[in-house]
Amino acid sequence: MEFFLVQLLNGISYGLLLFMLSSGLTIVFSLMGVLNFAHASFYMLGAYFAYQVSRTIGFWPALVVAPLLVGLIGMAVERFALRRAHRYGHVAELLFTFGLAYLIEEAVHLVWGRVAVDYKVPAELEGPLFSILGTPYPAYRAFMMFIAVGMLVSMWLALTRTRIGLVIQAALSHPETVEALGHNVPRVFMLVFGGGAALAGLAGVIGGNAFVTDPGMAAAVGPIVFVIVVVGGMGSLAGAFYASLLIGLIQTFAVSLDWGLFGYKISQIAPVLPYLVMVAMLIVRPRGLMGTRDG
Amino acid sequence: MNIRVVGTAFLAAASVAFAAPALAQSKAKGNPVKIAYIDPLSGPFANVGEAGLHHFRAMADEINSKGGLNGRPVEVVGFDNKVSPQEALNQLKRVIDGGIQYITQGNGSSVAGALIEAVNRHNERNPGKEILYLNYAAVDPAFTNEKCSFWHFRFDANSDMKMESLTTWMAQNKSIKKVYLINQDYSFGHAVKKAAREMLARKRPDIEIVGDDLHPLGKVTDFSPYVAKMKQAGADTVITGNWGQDMALLIKAAKDGGFGGSFYTYYGGGLGALSTIGESGVGNLKQITEWHENVPTKIEKWTQDFEKKYKVDFYYLRVRTMMSMLAEAAKKAKSVEPKAVAYALEGMRFQTETGEVEMRKQDHQLIQPLYLSTVQRVAAKGGPKDVKYDVENTGLGFRTDAKLDAFTSAGFTSCNMKRP
Repeated sequence: MEFFLVQLLNGISYGLLLFMLSSGLTIVFSLMGVLNFAHASFYMLGAYFAYQVSRTIGFWPALVVAPLLVGLIGMAVERFALRRAHRYGHVAELLFTFGLAYLIEEAVHLVWGRVAVDYKVPAELEGPLFSILGTPYPAYRAFMMFIAVGMLVSMWLALTRTRIGLVIQAALSHPETVEALGHNVPRVFMLVFGGGAALAGLAGVIGGNAFVTDPGMAAAVGPIVFVIVVVGGMGSLAGAFYASLLIGLIQTFAVSLDWGLFGYKISQIAPVLPYLVMVAMLIVRPRGLMGTRDG
Repeated sequence: MNIRVVGTAFLAAASVAFAAPALAQSKAKGNPVKIAYIDPLSGPFANVGEAGLHHFRAMADEINSKGGLNGRPVEVVGFDNKVSPQEALNQLKRVIDGGIQYITQGNGSSVAGALIEAVNRHNERNPGKEILYLNYAAVDPAFTNEKCSFWHFRFDANSDMKMESLTTWMAQNKSIKKVYLINQDYSFGHAVKKAAREMLARKRPDIEIVGDDLHPLGKVTDFSPYVAKMKQAGADTVITGNWGQDMALLIKAAKDGGFGGSFYTYYGGGLGALSTIGESGVGNLKQITEWHENVPTKIEKWTQDFEKKYKVDFYYLRVRTMMSMLAEAAKKAKSVEPKAVAYALEGMRFQTETGEVEMRKQDHQLIQPLYLSTVQRVAAKGGPKDVKYDVENTGLGFRTDAKLDAFTSAGFTSCNMKRP
């Protein structure tokens, strides 16, 4: 029982981190049709900025400042580069974001070096928060979950209850009409792209010290984020949420299963199971869990 | 004396004056002997590859200041293999085309295996243009057993030898009762797992293996499910061959999950590991290596100078051993031809900073003392007095638990070597 509860919490908290990572990607995709390969790089930038900021003015300011910085960079990228690439179609955009990921990685190498930086969990959040039948549960993990849920709620409120949210939703399906009504659609796009980057940056602030902050971190989470967006349904925020929890739980519980087939234990292939789920989903239901369009 | 003569004399004097320090720096002259360093210099493992290259460059400078290889300077040239066997073979082709006859590589036994085969084939077909492969870190036992080659020399203890030393130490520790194995799912991880099971069964049959996990290489971000499993199994000790991020994240997750056991590792002090692990490693993270910075040696100042110059820790003592033995072998052979040097290197005994080592003739495996050490805070931060130097400015360093003599790990070899 203790084991089950601990694994359940581990699975949920990992799933929520995955959601923070993929929500920005799915929003940007749903609005702009851009599959942003550099999304995980914004996650990495968030972690490095948070490291830098927390060294001078502390972790709590970094929690706000780092995502904002990443958001500004995202907006600049959209305004000065992606918008131009957009004119040449989706392939150009795709290739652009692909190249951008490499550029960001090299920039990180130049500025912070190739070795992991010492980005620590703040002292207030170190140690256990509570015990589940004798197993301590780390406070930082609970904090991670809190931030992720908070983000989900505020994002949902922003998209459905605010004016800008309504404009964004309208621009999603009828950009021409929204433009005709006098809204500046390119600016909305810029804000959304920046917002998506900022969300990835926030995930970086939280994930960077929980796991590792090194130049390989973007490449490590890049593929799994795409799995979530595909499984959840391209462009569906709710879908991404359910898919993140599903993947987090599958991975966690698969590790505990020591039985298996053909001499392979389930636990041995646990980390690649999400990709299996993605392939199965693409075959059976290409639009994903909650997606609205096929392919 | 006209002006021109004065001018020439002045120039000559000046050039002597300027040349003098250069001479002191490098006594070696003439056509350099090149060593091709075929390791990752881009991609996710570029940091490891780059740090290794610095070690080789520093050793080349050191050897050149003492007269080089029989008077000829050594030059180390980097070739990027992106840790891919295929890419390594492409680079080997470039090395051969460039007329370079010495290669070295260390990251990834899959790469090393491909290189050994290619070198064997090349040497068979091109007598007189042989290539010698000096392996400084690829530890698959096969390379000095069933796959052994006259053209391959290994300067790192292989994974079975490290496990032999590790388990010899563990056997004396009666508090170890339940051991958990966790390794990366590829040839090296399998070798570690197999060796651990066999040797523990032989030396301490009462120890119970309570878990045995393999996970994909570099694909796990969150190790907490594995840690929950370790706790569930009641493990008091974990043995792992994990390296890089897989090493660091495992230890970090163990701390968060409240796992109190100790970790016996191969690469707990590897590049970047302690920076990520931080304080969680104190007292329970152990590593088995040929050296660490807090082993008192005569090269203390030299290693500190190295760190100032290259901004990385001096980690591979075996690179120093390898380059020094190469120079010694060239001297003994009175030649820099790979074949003559290989014959001189076979069976060579050499005095290193940690004791006498031997390049075993049967299988070209270096037999050397190993150290088991544990992470502690440095003396400056309240740790034990003999922990003088930290790793990567973390304030944490390694402290020797035991020095295991060369014969402890030597073992036997099944190598049946064909000599040219």
